[in-house]
Amino acid sequence: MTDTISDSGARELSRIIIRFAGDSGDGMQLTGERFTSASAIFGNDLSTLPEFPAEIRAPQGTLAGVSAFQVQVSDHDITTPGDAPNVLIAMNPAALKKEISKLEIGGTVIVNQDTFEERNLAKAGYEENPLETGELSNYTLFKVPMTSMTKEVCKEIEGIKPREAERSKNFFALGLVSWLYQRPMEPTLDWIEKKFGKTPNVVQANNAAFKAGHAYGETTEAFDYSYEVKPAALDAGVYTNVNGNTALSWGLVAAGKLSELQVFLGSYPITPASDILHELAKHKNFGVATFQAEDEIAAVASAVGAAFGGALAVTTTSGPGVALKGEAIGLAINLELPLVVIDIQRGGPSTGLPTKTEASDLLMAMYGRHGEAPMPVIAPYSPGYCFHAAIEAARIALKYRTPVMLLSDGYLANGSEPWKLPDVDSLPDITTVFTTEANHVDEDGNEHFWPYKRDPETLARAWAVPGTPGLMHRIGGIEKEDGTGNISYDPLNHQRMTDIRQDKVANIAADIPPTWVEGDLDADVLLVGWGSTWGAITSAAKQIREAGHKIAHAHLIHINPFPRDLGEVLSRYKTVICPEMNMGQLSKLLRAEFLVDVKSVNKVQGQPFMTTELFDVILEELT
Amino acid sequence: MTDTAQAPETTKADWTSDQEPRWCPGCGDYSILTAMQLMLPDMDSRPESTVFISGIGCAARFPYYMNTYGMHSIHGRAPAVASGLAIARPELDVWVIGGDGDMLSIGGNHLIHAMRRNINMTILLFNNQIYGLTKGQYSPTSEVGKVTKSTPMGSVDQPFNAVSVALGAEATFVARTHDMDRKHMQETFRRAHEHRGSALVEIFQNCNVFNDGAFAAITKKDKRDSMLIQLNHGEPIRFGADNEFGVTSNSQGNAEIVKVSDVGEAALIVHDENSENPSSAFALSRLASGPYEPTPVGVFRQVQRPEYSSAANQQIEVAKSQQGPGEIIDLLTSQPTWEVT
Ligand code: SF4
Repeated sequence: MTDTISDSGARELSRIIIRFAGDSGDGMQLTGERFTSASAIFGNDLSTLPEFPAEIRAPQGTLAGVSAFQVQVSDHDITTPGDAPNVLIAMNPAALKKEISKLEIGGTVIVNQDTFEERNLAKAGYEENPLETGELSNYTLFKVPMTSMTKEVCKEIEGIKPREAERSKNFFALGLVSWLYQRPMEPTLDWIEKKFGKTPNVVQANNAAFKAGHAYGETTEAFDYSYEVKPAALDAGVYTNVNGNTALSWGLVAAGKLSELQVFLGSYPITPASDILHELAKHKNFGVATFQAEDEIAAVASAVGAAFGGALAVTTTSGPGVALKGEAIGLAINLELPLVVIDIQRGGPSTGLPTKTEASDLLMAMYGRHGEAPMPVIAPYSPGYCFHAAIEAARIALKYRTPVMLLSDGYLANGSEPWKLPDVDSLPDITTVFTTEANHVDEDGNEHFWPYKRDPETLARAWAVPGTPGLMHRIGGIEKEDGTGNISYDPLNHQRMTDIRQDKVANIAADIPPTWVEGDLDADVLLVGWGSTWGAITSAAKQIREAGHKIAHAHLIHINPFPRDLGEVLSRYKTVICPEMNMGQLSKLLRAEFLVDVKSVNKVQGQPFMTTELFDVILEELT
Repeated sequence: MTDTAQAPETTKADWTSDQEPRWCPGCGDYSILTAMQLMLPDMDSRPESTVFISGIGCAARFPYYMNTYGMHSIHGRAPAVASGLAIARPELDVWVIGGDGDMLSIGGNHLIHAMRRNINMTILLFNNQIYGLTKGQYSPTSEVGKVTKSTPMGSVDQPFNAVSVALGAEATFVARTHDMDRKHMQETFRRAHEHRGSALVEIFQNCNVFNDGAFAAITKKDKRDSMLIQLNHGEPIRFGADNEFGVTSNSQGNAEIVKVSDVGEAALIVHDENSENPSSAFALSRLASGPYEPTPVGVFRQVQRPEYSSAANQQIEVAKSQQGPGEIIDLLTSQPTWEVT
């Protein structure tokens, strides 16, 4: 970190990692998001990691109830929320106890001193008050009576009782941290007005707490000076701070516009995918239909029905839901209808870790259906890229009349980053033409519609939707004769249809970009990743290069089919390392497909890789 | 889509596909198919705007034989598939076909939710009280004690009464007919099809291979007068060769069969299919605990309630008129943005 003093007297830092932690009821996610938003508008690059407990209301003050939000703010391009925080804001003893080990040695701890009393200490499992024992002597400790000061400034506000005033204490913390890092105040004040405008006294209380926190930093002598993280030199353009689920939802709506089809979402609530259902439900003016089905199976089945009717059909879920949808996805493969299946992966198996991230559904996406049932699989690598991945999934589904699996994960879903808005005119044209006339003439010169007559290039079958005169036809899950689509139990026909379904998906390789490789193309070591590990791999690779080594990084967005040149790319390197948030699923695929001795690096702890973890593994391989 | 006013009239042949039906000879499904193909030309339906969606089972082959759009989907899911289609394309005539195993066992959840939502579709439940396609296991409508391959000592499960289930699931249209009376089927299908919302028709269907004669005690020609109770809206409920029997409501509110001569016609229930309260229809559905007692047929209930896809599409129209048709750039800038130069 740099440590120069700017004109304002603030010390300049190149980057800062802050972790907000408190009880679930303390509003830490909101505090983190507001800090992030103000930083984004200020022009920093940033990356976030929200972490919340699975229980909606875990007992107050306990370790189980701690909710945390980590954000890295930087004056240069960054790709992760950072490893060890420099600053921890702990709103109660449980938050301190649970989070302190993550803080860098010498880091700053700011605690809400008022909560360090007997009951809360006991609930957190402290026998003695850690603020007094000296056990925090490795850190710079600031004890701030946030609750009492918040109550004090709210005393004058009409209609706000002390208990209600207490709820604004997270804005006090936000104000203090905003001063400490010289964040602009206006975005937060504007937001408070917008959010709570309907209850003016709540606006007043939050404003008062926020300003009091800010003033506390500025006027008390507790803090010697504030810090500043200058705006990052991002590419010119218009930016917004977006998380993966929002970007993905926008991508789906955009795909509806680009394809000129109605978006139909069949979905059933499940963490961490429900926010896509919520976001799409907001965009009815785009003609988007959202159907909250009675279960996961009905969610996908309704989407298959909508696809038959000519909609851009989508179903969103997480791993357990994909398991339930397997049979209906197989139906869509057999019917050769377009369908976008979105899996926001989480820790498994079974209920697993519903609020924590993992990327362990890859083999299920590839093979988790009975029979020979290939389907394309794609994976976004950053929150913003989820937008493009959704459009790409829709493009492939519509063009090839196939279900497509899009694998995001909890980390991408909830993590946010500044995202440069794409030029709308540069988005692909994915308009789809339905068949409206007979497509086959028999020997006697009679015209017919053959639902399984194919485009020779894409192998996509003809798609005629109900309502089209003269093209009435029946399709079903039973094997059918190629061309006519009539039921067929002929052995050779089944082989032929199986081959066609396989070839159709394999041929998509001709329609996707070559492998995306960054870094030193003449390195001996190649890192191969997919999905949300991109940030940690990129930042580890950068550090490896800074340490004087050569390293290359290939990141896969299309996993089925793989890019055509992937085998050749892998063969160029002596060592291939594949970090994954699972027990080695992509590694298995690469070994099976290319006979490459992939070194698999695994983590299934409900948390993304830290840069240092990868750095250490790679360094060991290099030296 | 199609201008029905100018479209030429259709005949049975227009509704018949080129595929040969492959049910067992003598199966009740044949007469249901014929009733459908004879009924549709009388409606203002068009083959290209009509879709049959089925699940899995003998009955689920039905769509292949109709010259309409159709999908033979997967076991139990037809009401869910049809829901998506009916919401995306509210102008279509959507029919759902399935058997008792398909719709009351593996697909029971989808059936009840389709009915409570009142999505516009006509659901025909072919009840033969057996699993036919998998060769003769007992089904959720088989009587207690049913001896089958999977229940060699007799089944111990209480069966569903499909009409009671539908009424309990908030269905807005519920009717029952049987495969031995084509006219009755045609009339019942017509009524169901004309209903806006989800309509359920239970069809007693004979599986002559695995459960032959299951309904014979009530549907055979010489039994019908005394064993089938025809429900006619607005009329006192009477049956018997000389209309000598009737149905009254007893002091507990249950329906009860009486001799009209004992109680007088004024004491009989006057059937009201439009009653908002389903209690009376439910009581009628409980009159018979199986097809060996006098059993009501016809329309049990028909009430008007907002239809799902109309209501959902209405919201889309309201959103469009309030916010205008969306543009992609509006989406991207719906949260705070900043410019880097
Ligand atoms: S098994 Fe029974 S229901 Fe199935 S086709 Fe044969 S007779 Fe009909």
